[in-house]
Amino acid sequence: MSEKDSNFNQNEIKPVHTNKVGGSPFKGVVGWIDNRLPIIRMFKYEYLDFQVPKNLSYLWSLGGILMICLIFLIVTGLALGMHYKPSSSEAFTSVEKIMRDVNYGWLLRYAHMNFASFFFIAVYIHIFRGLYYGSYKEPRQLMWLIGIVIFFMMMATAFLGYTLPWGQMSYWGATVITNLFSAVPLVGEGIVTWLWGDYAVGDSTLNRFYVLHWLLAFGILGIVIFHVIALHIVGSNNPSGIEPVDTRDTVSFAPFTTSKDLFAMLIFLLAFVLITMYAPNYLGHPDNYIPADPLITPAHIVPEWYFLPFYAILRSIPDKLLGVIAMVSSIAVLGLLPWLDLSKVRSSVFRPVWKQFVFLFVLDFFVLMYVGGMPAEGIYVLISRVGTVYWFLFFLVIAPLVSLTEKPLPMPKSIHEYEDWKKQGKIKTFKIF
Amino acid sequence: MSMRIGKNKEKSKHLKFFKKIMSSLLKFSLFFFLLIFNVSNSSSAEKQEKLLKQSWSFDGFFGKFDRASLQRGYQVYTEVCASCHSMNLLSYRNLSEVGGPSFSEEEVKAIASKVEVLDGPNDSGEMFKRPGKPSDKFASPFANEKAARAANGGAYPPDMSVLVKARAGGPDYIYSILMGYTDKPPKDVKLEDGVYYNKYMPGNKIKMSKPLSQDSVKYSDGTPTTEEQLSKDVVTFLTWASEPHLEARKRIGFKTVVYLLILTVLVYLVKKKIWLRVEPKV
Amino acid sequence: MSENNNNSDKKNRRDFLTVATTAVGAVGVGAAVWPVINQMNPDSSVKALASTEVDLSKIKEGQEITVLWRGKPVFIKRRTKEEIASAEKVDLKELKDPQPDNKRVKKSEWLVLVGVCTHLGCVPISGKGDYGGWFCPCHGSHYDSSGRIRKGPAPTNLEVPTYEFVGDNKIKLG
Repeated sequence: MSEKDSNFNQNEIKPVHTNKVGGSPFKGVVGWIDNRLPIIRMFKYEYLDFQVPKNLSYLWSLGGILMICLIFLIVTGLALGMHYKPSSSEAFTSVEKIMRDVNYGWLLRYAHMNFASFFFIAVYIHIFRGLYYGSYKEPRQLMWLIGIVIFFMMMATAFLGYTLPWGQMSYWGATVITNLFSAVPLVGEGIVTWLWGDYAVGDSTLNRFYVLHWLLAFGILGIVIFHVIALHIVGSNNPSGIEPVDTRDTVSFAPFTTSKDLFAMLIFLLAFVLITMYAPNYLGHPDNYIPADPLITPAHIVPEWYFLPFYAILRSIPDKLLGVIAMVSSIAVLGLLPWLDLSKVRSSVFRPVWKQFVFLFVLDFFVLMYVGGMPAEGIYVLISRVGTVYWFLFFLVIAPLVSLTEKPLPMPKSIHEYEDWKKQGKIKTFKIF
Repeated sequence: MSMRIGKNKEKSKHLKFFKKIMSSLLKFSLFFFLLIFNVSNSSSAEKQEKLLKQSWSFDGFFGKFDRASLQRGYQVYTEVCASCHSMNLLSYRNLSEVGGPSFSEEEVKAIASKVEVLDGPNDSGEMFKRPGKPSDKFASPFANEKAARAANGGAYPPDMSVLVKARAGGPDYIYSILMGYTDKPPKDVKLEDGVYYNKYMPGNKIKMSKPLSQDSVKYSDGTPTTEEQLSKDVVTFLTWASEPHLEARKRIGFKTVVYLLILTVLVYLVKKKIWLRVEPKV
Repeated sequence: MSENNNNSDKKNRRDFLTVATTAVGAVGVGAAVWPVINQMNPDSSVKALASTEVDLSKIKEGQEITVLWRGKPVFIKRRTKEEIASAEKVDLKELKDPQPDNKRVKKSEWLVLVGVCTHLGCVPISGKGDYGGWFCPCHGSHYDSSGRIRKGPAPTNLEVPTYEFVGDNKIKLG
């Protein structure tokens, strides 16, 4: 018998502690509650006293911004859900009723629409930040993986949500995306019919998409909590990529990080309000104001802007199954990065070669986004193929190769030394980042 | 004295920093949106005539609908468009609602009562016709889509409720279509029966004959009834129809932006104060 | 001295700044929450249906019709002379919710009531109960021929909706 098993040996007499009441740093009513339900002290430790690297740039505010986006999306979604009717005959008119008759319905709907877009803007910056500063490396691999799961769920939720207004783009977007599953050998057609609950996208499809949109939205909230718990175990990375050593390297979360994040959030909200209130349909597509018509496909089917890079990857491959595989793995490959990038140095600030490739990768992302919105013909096919090749090359070849051959720049020993070097001009970084 | 100068310097430093952040954020978002804009724009524009750009009363940060134009536009719609195009999402009551054509409630009652609405069943189980009420939806010219197609050579005159939002280019596009008919199409274009040439229609072929021309509607307020004026009025009306809360949106939007700017400055100052504790100025 | 003053000045300013920022922020949160709350109020299409016209010409003396108004039943009763007389001669001191009959009707022949028991919202049954009016089957409230509560748990008389006569034989509810 091993020692571990003996813990559960009921024949041995040992003291037990089922009653763990106590230990609260608070007094009075708050203490009484906290002794029995220790969420108040948890909040204090994790959100007030929590030590955060001092040198975080505004790029680290994106996490908080994303949280705000998610909460706003859920709140506006709740309100919209009280008026929306998920049936093929009523969906379009119920959305228009929200836009016309419901008190502030137009505001709630435009906000929901554009928060989805801004959610993606923020998440892309968030991911690129992680990429640039090596936030995926030991010990933050799991957090990175959870993040990728969240990203997948976001994409699914956004796709399902885009179906709900039941316009032409909703309908045909749903048709095209669900048809991706038909690429699966043997059972593909069966899966698609099962997803539809019909022989084409229809009433049953819309109804289940509505339910799944809700389910996934709250699913994201749940997984985000894991993401945050993991963050509070491993701690924040920072622009130097060096772990904090003593209090010269850190500040407490409140009021330092909170005040800074709040400022960043407000700038973000300003941009959001400008778009939502003055160009609310700018990021959408006019065809989605035409009610769904199963008989006519719009001339150019374009997914929402945030899917364009992956749509470009899908289209760049002339084979149905391989195209779908390429699209899915273009995101999944991010999950391998912690094990493909073998460099011990986290931050690209000290990695002159890798840095260039990361910038090229960001450029590649935008190029793919551009060609994803263009018709799949002529020069655009070629560009999208080059873009796709670089995308995979970056992860599968460049990352391990550069990490093994590159000579990192001399590094400071601590964050406060890093800050000193920065002041002395020994390290060049971006002004606000 | 010297202390004051120091303070001022500090302040201007803050300001400079703030400006820097704002400008770089602006540049970044501009870049981002330009990119997206290019993508969405160029995909829909293939060898297309440039639309006739108009300056609309509802454009810009403080845009409002021109009430008289909305009322005239409604007249053009009912006298011309409504014989083929439905507007299923609008009710007569909308005509008197805030931010719209601002007909009085009495006028709306009179307008609505001119239409016959099928209602019922009554106590004996039969459907009956009654004069319209403000809460009724706009009467449709055809009973259903099939009837509309049958009456229009197979083409379905689209519902106009959200038409302006459903077309790339919005009001300018609709205006251009109305103004884009030419008597003599280019020689290389062959037109079948019941098909007309339009400069701005994608593919240049349209199944609607030229709907508006000089004096096709008589205005009672003395506004000249040129083709341009009629088109402009009806487009203004259609824009309101597809976005009835546009004025409220812009008004609330402006207030929100001003509010956020104030709060942002305040939060920035608070943040600066807080961070002075760990980043004392050298 | 002056240094001290300066310090407290600074502190005051910081405090003022924080308080002002929090206050401004709170106002914004409130303004942002309002649309989310107000969206649950009746929308403008519901409000537009708030008034209905009812034709009374087919109702005979002693008859009662029920019409739907704002999702609730409205009783319109053409009362008989006896019913009017019995409603008018009731001693107000006997009533739980004293109201003379003439305050509850516009023309004494026509009684218009919201057919919802003021106890917990059930629909009372016509012609039943001990007072020649309505009886609520849910918890046994008795109403008289003027719709006034006489016996049972209901706290107030049946509500009289806002209505007006438009012509001799037509009323407009709402």
